[in-house]
Amino acid sequence: MATKEGGGLDPIHQFEVKSLIDIQVGGLDLSFTNVALFMMVTTLAVIALMVLPTSRRALVPGRWQNVAEMCYEFSGNMLRDSAGAAGMRFFPLVFSLFMFILIANMIGMFPYFYTVTSQLIITVAFAMIVFLTVIIAGIRMHGMSFFKLFVPSGVPGYILPLVSLIEVISFLSRPISHSVRLFANMLAGHITLKVFAAFVVSLSALGAIGVVGAMLTLLMTIAITALEFLVAALQAYVFAILTCIYLNDAIHPHH
Amino acid sequence: MSNQLAQADHTPADTGAAATTPNVGHGGAHNVELPAAHGDQVIVPIQHGPGGAESLFPPFDVSAFPSHLFWIAISFGLLYFFVNRLIIPQVGGIIEDRRDRVASDLGEASRLTRETNEVIALYEKELADARQKAYAIAQERRDALKAEQDRQQAETEAQLASRIGEAEAQIAKRRDAALADVDGIASEAAGAIVLQLSGLTVDQATINAAVKRHQEA
Repeated sequence: MATKEGGGLDPIHQFEVKSLIDIQVGGLDLSFTNVALFMMVTTLAVIALMVLPTSRRALVPGRWQNVAEMCYEFSGNMLRDSAGAAGMRFFPLVFSLFMFILIANMIGMFPYFYTVTSQLIITVAFAMIVFLTVIIAGIRMHGMSFFKLFVPSGVPGYILPLVSLIEVISFLSRPISHSVRLFANMLAGHITLKVFAAFVVSLSALGAIGVVGAMLTLLMTIAITALEFLVAALQAYVFAILTCIYLNDAIHPHH
Repeated sequence: MSNQLAQADHTPADTGAAATTPNVGHGGAHNVELPAAHGDQVIVPIQHGPGGAESLFPPFDVSAFPSHLFWIAISFGLLYFFVNRLIIPQVGGIIEDRRDRVASDLGEASRLTRETNEVIALYEKELADARQKAYAIAQERRDALKAEQDRQQAETEAQLASRIGEAEAQIAKRRDAALADVDGIASEAAGAIVLQLSGLTVDQATINAAVKRHQEA
């Protein structure tokens, strides 16, 4: 993660976007950047992980086929548990989101690799995909009665406007919390990691005491690296489970 | 915060890279106006101004958003397409096949268990039947033997009884004959005694009557 060039100790440097192939379309800058590269790598990695080990269609799975099947069944169960059997029509979306974010986070844990989920616009894009899917699918499946989502039953009439207002606000703020949670976790984790790693370098330049301090910081860095692996998997799970819960609203708006 | 600020101070060399075209935006141009303008807020200097291209912090660099969105659409769209067309049929098919196979194997196992139980039940029923039949045969045989024995016994007893009866009849006849002889002998002896004592010859019929009278008395 420590880059050797100019911004060697700058914790923000790792998030720098570099254009690899300049592409300008009608005044829009659609350059193929390092972010785009790692998104494509993520997509290819997910496809490779899921397709290659399962191509033999073994009845008794090998190690990698087991991994692929576990990912598949894990997301399937997650969706079925929160949105019921009717929710399984959204399985491709949930599975794609879960695997993309999980693999993107994991790829980001390699030094020098870009963490695409630390780009706010990317998590916002995913959150908006979910948000719009919920609204469109909800209206398609239930028509106007989808909006009963904002009118909880069993609430006394005089506070109903207030409750509905709160429901609407909470519904509209979902994509914000949904995207910022993932973004902020990945960003903060990688900055922390970088800061501690930079400490190792700067402390060890301070002589004997500094080296001792640097060793402690190195241990800390290792611990935080382990924690970041946990966060990487956990945040992918959190994003996916929230997706399932939101989709449940589209399928069963009467709660 | 403060140490990030301190490290940010290490980066002036990075600003050298700011020579890239400003409209591309995501060059190294992000450190141009670093600490002084934003104080401690190095990490989140969101710039909403019209010149978004000058953003310090890459995640908020609005000029890079079109590129990011475009490539998200391509990469995630590609993934979604492959998930729909390839991954779900393939992996889902494997899991489905396995579930079917396990279900059919379990069904087969339960069918075999049921058949085994049926065979066992049949075997036990036949065993019980055979045992009952054997008992019946034995009982019949025993009854037949007993009946035969009874019959023979009865026959033997009847034979013995008839022989005893015959023997008794014979004894009675012999005794009657003997008794009849005794009367004659008694009459003769009485006649002889009368003759010897009185010299009289008494009529045989009178003697017989006297003897008879004497016997009955």
